[in-house]
Amino acid sequence: MNATTQHRIVVKDLNFYYGKYRALKDINLDIADKKVTAFIGPSGCGKSTLLRTFNRMYQLYPNQTATGSIMLDGDNILDKSQDLNKLRAKVGMVFQKPTPFPMSIYDNIAFGVKLYHNLSRNDMDERVEWALKKAALWGEVKDKLKQSGMGLSGGQQQRLCIARAIAVKPQVLLLDEPTSALDPISTAHIEKLIDELKEDFTIVIVTHNMQQAARVSDYTAYMYMGDLVEFGETSSVFTNPKRKETEDYITGRFG
Amino acid sequence: MFNLYTKRRLTNAIGLSISVAAMAFGLFWLCWILWTLLDHGLPAMTPAVFAKMTPPPGSSGGLLNAIYGSIAMTLGGTLIGTPIGIMAGTYLAEFGHRGWLSPITRFINDILLSAPSIVIGLFIYEVYVVRLKHFSGWAGTLALAIIVIPIVIRTTENMLRLVPSSLREAAAALGAPQWKIINFVTLRAARAGIITGVMLAIARISGETAPLLFTALNNQFWNKDMSQPMANLPVVIFQFAMSPYEDWQKLAWAGALLITFSVLTLNILARTLFRQGNSTH
Amino acid sequence: MFLHEARLKRQSLLDSLFRNLTRLAAIGVLLLLASILFSLVMGSMPAIHAFGFGFLKSPDWDPVNDKFGALIPIIGTLVTSGIALLIAIPVSFGIALFLTELSPRALRRPLGVAIELLAGIPSIIYGMWGLFVFAPLFADHIEPWISDHIGALPYIGPFFVGPPMGIGMLTASIILAIMVIPFISSVMRDVFDVVPAMLKESAYGLGSTTWEVVMKIVLPYTKVGVAGGIMLGLGRALGETMAVTFVIGNAHELSQSLLNPGNSISSALANEFTEAVGELYTSSLIELGLILFFITFVVLSIARFMLYKLGQREGKAS
Repeated sequence: MNATTQHRIVVKDLNFYYGKYRALKDINLDIADKKVTAFIGPSGCGKSTLLRTFNRMYQLYPNQTATGSIMLDGDNILDKSQDLNKLRAKVGMVFQKPTPFPMSIYDNIAFGVKLYHNLSRNDMDERVEWALKKAALWGEVKDKLKQSGMGLSGGQQQRLCIARAIAVKPQVLLLDEPTSALDPISTAHIEKLIDELKEDFTIVIVTHNMQQAARVSDYTAYMYMGDLVEFGETSSVFTNPKRKETEDYITGRFG
Repeated sequence: MFNLYTKRRLTNAIGLSISVAAMAFGLFWLCWILWTLLDHGLPAMTPAVFAKMTPPPGSSGGLLNAIYGSIAMTLGGTLIGTPIGIMAGTYLAEFGHRGWLSPITRFINDILLSAPSIVIGLFIYEVYVVRLKHFSGWAGTLALAIIVIPIVIRTTENMLRLVPSSLREAAAALGAPQWKIINFVTLRAARAGIITGVMLAIARISGETAPLLFTALNNQFWNKDMSQPMANLPVVIFQFAMSPYEDWQKLAWAGALLITFSVLTLNILARTLFRQGNSTH
Repeated sequence: MFLHEARLKRQSLLDSLFRNLTRLAAIGVLLLLASILFSLVMGSMPAIHAFGFGFLKSPDWDPVNDKFGALIPIIGTLVTSGIALLIAIPVSFGIALFLTELSPRALRRPLGVAIELLAGIPSIIYGMWGLFVFAPLFADHIEPWISDHIGALPYIGPFFVGPPMGIGMLTASIILAIMVIPFISSVMRDVFDVVPAMLKESAYGLGSTTWEVVMKIVLPYTKVGVAGGIMLGLGRALGETMAVTFVIGNAHELSQSLLNPGNSISSALANEFTEAVGELYTSSLIELGLILFFITFVVLSIARFMLYKLGQREGKAS
């Protein structure tokens, strides 16, 4: 990692527990600003769990706890006093399956914005248009903003969710296997989009698909059984892995 | 070997025939009851039924006051019971993951769901009619509301549980507070199912007789005052059907037809609505 | 990026407000049950003081001399519900079996809905139909035969001897059976549906007949749920008022024959409550209600417990 990189998120000695089960073990890692960082590894390795600590999504469920620290802008995310709603306005998230809310396309985007800003009708229209354009969806939906978001195709729904997440202008965007439920063409759309979005946002993506990680990410973390096995620039992780386990996984000998 | 196989096939054939017979048996009663209703009810269905008040013994009349009373009390019971039911159901589905309150409430609610409705009538009689010293439309409305609540709680909880948790997470990931997530996202996603539950509750209470016997009582005259005893179809049907007067019995059949078909229509509407709601979401 | 601190604070206030509002509604349900119990106990106090536990054992029902006992209505309620279940269980089983295993796919839904509609018909309609249509036919064609043939049998004979009046305990039981069939069969159908398809397919794969699959795979797998469904039906039958009131005959007499009129708790309440004069008479009726509530409470608790157990197993299996 070169020394000029700025770090947006700094994870120190992070441990995570589902009840008594330890799902993350002493994770230390820095997420670079305005870059794409990918988490890869076999199912159950803890990559999604790690991602979900960044906006404390685990807090919705009982018996899930995290220890250690995750610093974002000098604030410890894991601090008890951290306001969750405020945190989540700074850290947006897109999920494995598209999750359009049961409302119109326009209201889907406006929903998050309205939570924090009293925008005039005009400003809101602009914001919705901006987000949809950023998500490369504007051309397809500009004539049917009042229609339900559930009527869109899977790939469009996922871009709608991305638009919804960036409409609140977060600093960090978490993508949890955002293309695993999509067809190859929609996947290509989204990957191209990720490449454009990193100009404005710090992006962390969890993916099953190693080619995808190689294509879209600047940094890659390989995880296995709750451990962070290897972390570095994507090019070096994929071409010259330092650890044998990583090499086995990316060459398909296991996983 | 052959014998054993024949025996098995025979057992199977007998068992399955009995099953078919049971199905036919069930449908037979449905058809017979509906046929009886049409047979007796249709000739009694005159315009007077909707235009005149319930008559004194031995003369002809209509059911207008009873129809009005039934609609008023059913509506009132639904309006009171539904919001309480939706709120409690929301608690069970969205907040009640830990602690003792939700398992106990769920259990008690399931019992109230099938509790004898006549006991609900007794309860309202004790706490309302006795205190105020007279029967009234409000008492009937309250009794019906108590029947609505458990039905709505049950469907609200079940429907909210069907909403995928990813939808909640997505709203939470935007930083939405929980009350907004629930009111604007999850409850909305469960809307079709909850409306179905409310319609089924309306269907259930519009035919309920037992809880009205000691609460709303009956009233021979036109009455819009909910604090007075109030006529209602089920109690009028009960009284008129048990009477020896032919005019009254005819009206009872007309009322029976009216009630059954409204209830069945509501049932069918609720089901089709639910299916549509589910297929578009 | 601009975040209003005040707005955040207001949101968390609204959050706890909303949460507590829904919590209050949930607590309301508990309070409702508690107040139903409390008010019934308070209302029964005069009768409890006057008769004590003897109330449960006494066959007296004499409003003129203020002597009351619950024996006859309790027996009536238990006997009619019991017989109703004897009829309803096999029929419901047959219907559930038909709907889950035999019915052509296209008919499955309409037939299921038809059975559920049977459950939707208000109970007062069953009562009227029973009184005006079923009872006369029963009296003219079936009861004489029952009296002559079954009545002549040893042991059970005495239960079936009597005048063919149409109304009576047996008629009430049959009407009740027709009423609870849809409840029990819907629950049975639902629990049969939770049996994993793979389990059934493996049994069919070994060459089992449909009947064998149902008896040896489906029933053992779902027995707790089936029992729960039956208890649920029993709960319904015990508390049913209008259907019984029309046809049971409302006679406070203890008679051995099921063809004779009798009384049940709910029909006694429906018939007498508004006309009851005197504190003791009213209070005795309320105590009847309390007893009914208690019995159904126990039965329904068992039913729910059994259905929960099936649900738990299903949860573990998946």
